[in-house]
Amino acid sequence: MGEFLRVALAVAAKDLRVEHRSKTALVSAIAFAALVLVIFNFARDAAALSREALAPSVLWITFSFSGVIALNRSFALERENAALDGLLLAPVSRSALFFGKYLANLAFVFTVEAVALPLFVLFFGVDLTGVVGGIVLTAILATLGFVAVGTVFAAMTVRTRFAELMLPLLVLPFLLPPVIGAVQVTARLLAGRPLGEIAGWLRILGFYDLVFITLCLLLFPPLMDE
Amino acid sequence: MPSPAEAPLLETQNLERRFGAARALRGVSLSVRAGECHLVVGPNGAGKTTLLRILAGLARPTSGSVTRSDGRRSIGLLSHQSQLYGDLTAVENLAFAGRLYGVAEPTEQARARLASVGLAERADEPVRALSRGMVQRVAIARALLHGPRVLLLDEPFTGLDSQSSELTLRLLAAEQAAGRALVLVTHDAQEAWELATHAHLLVRGAWAFSGPREASLETFLRRCREATHG
Repeated sequence: MGEFLRVALAVAAKDLRVEHRSKTALVSAIAFAALVLVIFNFARDAAALSREALAPSVLWITFSFSGVIALNRSFALERENAALDGLLLAPVSRSALFFGKYLANLAFVFTVEAVALPLFVLFFGVDLTGVVGGIVLTAILATLGFVAVGTVFAAMTVRTRFAELMLPLLVLPFLLPPVIGAVQVTARLLAGRPLGEIAGWLRILGFYDLVFITLCLLLFPPLMDE
Repeated sequence: MPSPAEAPLLETQNLERRFGAARALRGVSLSVRAGECHLVVGPNGAGKTTLLRILAGLARPTSGSVTRSDGRRSIGLLSHQSQLYGDLTAVENLAFAGRLYGVAEPTEQARARLASVGLAERADEPVRALSRGMVQRVAIARALLHGPRVLLLDEPFTGLDSQSSELTLRLLAAEQAAGRALVLVTHDAQEAWELATHAHLLVRGAWAFSGPREASLETFLRRCREATHG
């Protein structure tokens, strides 16, 4: 386990250092999130649809789409100079390599979400007083699963010619369960519904995480074989 | 029974690799011992890179076997792409590789390796800012950092000017003299002829001939021409 964590942390630290130097993907993902929020804000017909009704969907569309942009860079940086070969050549567990990429992607997507949430409050004028904790918990549960799936699909598509196009096509169907769950929880939190109405959805999000993180850890090693 | 010093560090038997109906490798056997340099020559599409990727463990043969004396740890690979991250410095790239291989004090080892290829002064510069020749030396240092017993090289002189090629050749000669085995894939035998102890010609995925090096480069090149053009 020590070896597994040592390798995973080395990979995650390397990815974060590369992103810290270039900042390309982080800035792109945050700018994209801001644009989505602006477009939804101005495209909404105020007479037909209240902000409160639209807000949960907009928040999770913003999180998931900007998350996919963030995930795209995960293996794109391994494609340059065939750095992926250097990773796969090392005598280490490929599950540890996956877990390192996963940790870096989590840090990356959480950062995008942490910036997008205040922007969402700003554009939609939603009052999060008393529900911030619930929203953050929901974001964590939804993000843990979808980043795991996104990391595996990013690895699968990196060797294809149109990786940037393929990733959203493959990963978005798998994002439906966590996005639906997160939208339902957010809508109920914003409407001040009792905790009992939310608990079931949170359990579904937790179950999705457990199943997909385990599956991704198991599937990543054989997927990396040529 | 060979002594440990004579035992092969890397051995393949009857390697075959298919991509659909196409056979990229057909019955390729190879035995590599310490201090040897195996020159693998062949025209484009002969299967040289496929062979090297199978030797490195990056691809699996369809049939046949590969035996490495110490698993993947015994292998260092210098491909025609550097495997380096352009946004990281040379020392950060090597230190990261060192951490993957469990090298003790990876940053210090990385600096020492970079000094050994004459890049101590440029160790803290991003790889993106280095010349092609320097990047190649960083890549060699990376491939050697964990002390592999066999170094696999895919067209190591491609894109280098004559000075960088000469420097790379000297570095490889020093590693060979220190007992490291080299498997060097190239389309131009002349580049590394002086290192070679064995020479192999790969044509359409199979050895056209394979064995200890000819006495002269001219004889080898004539045999190559005869084998490739009938």
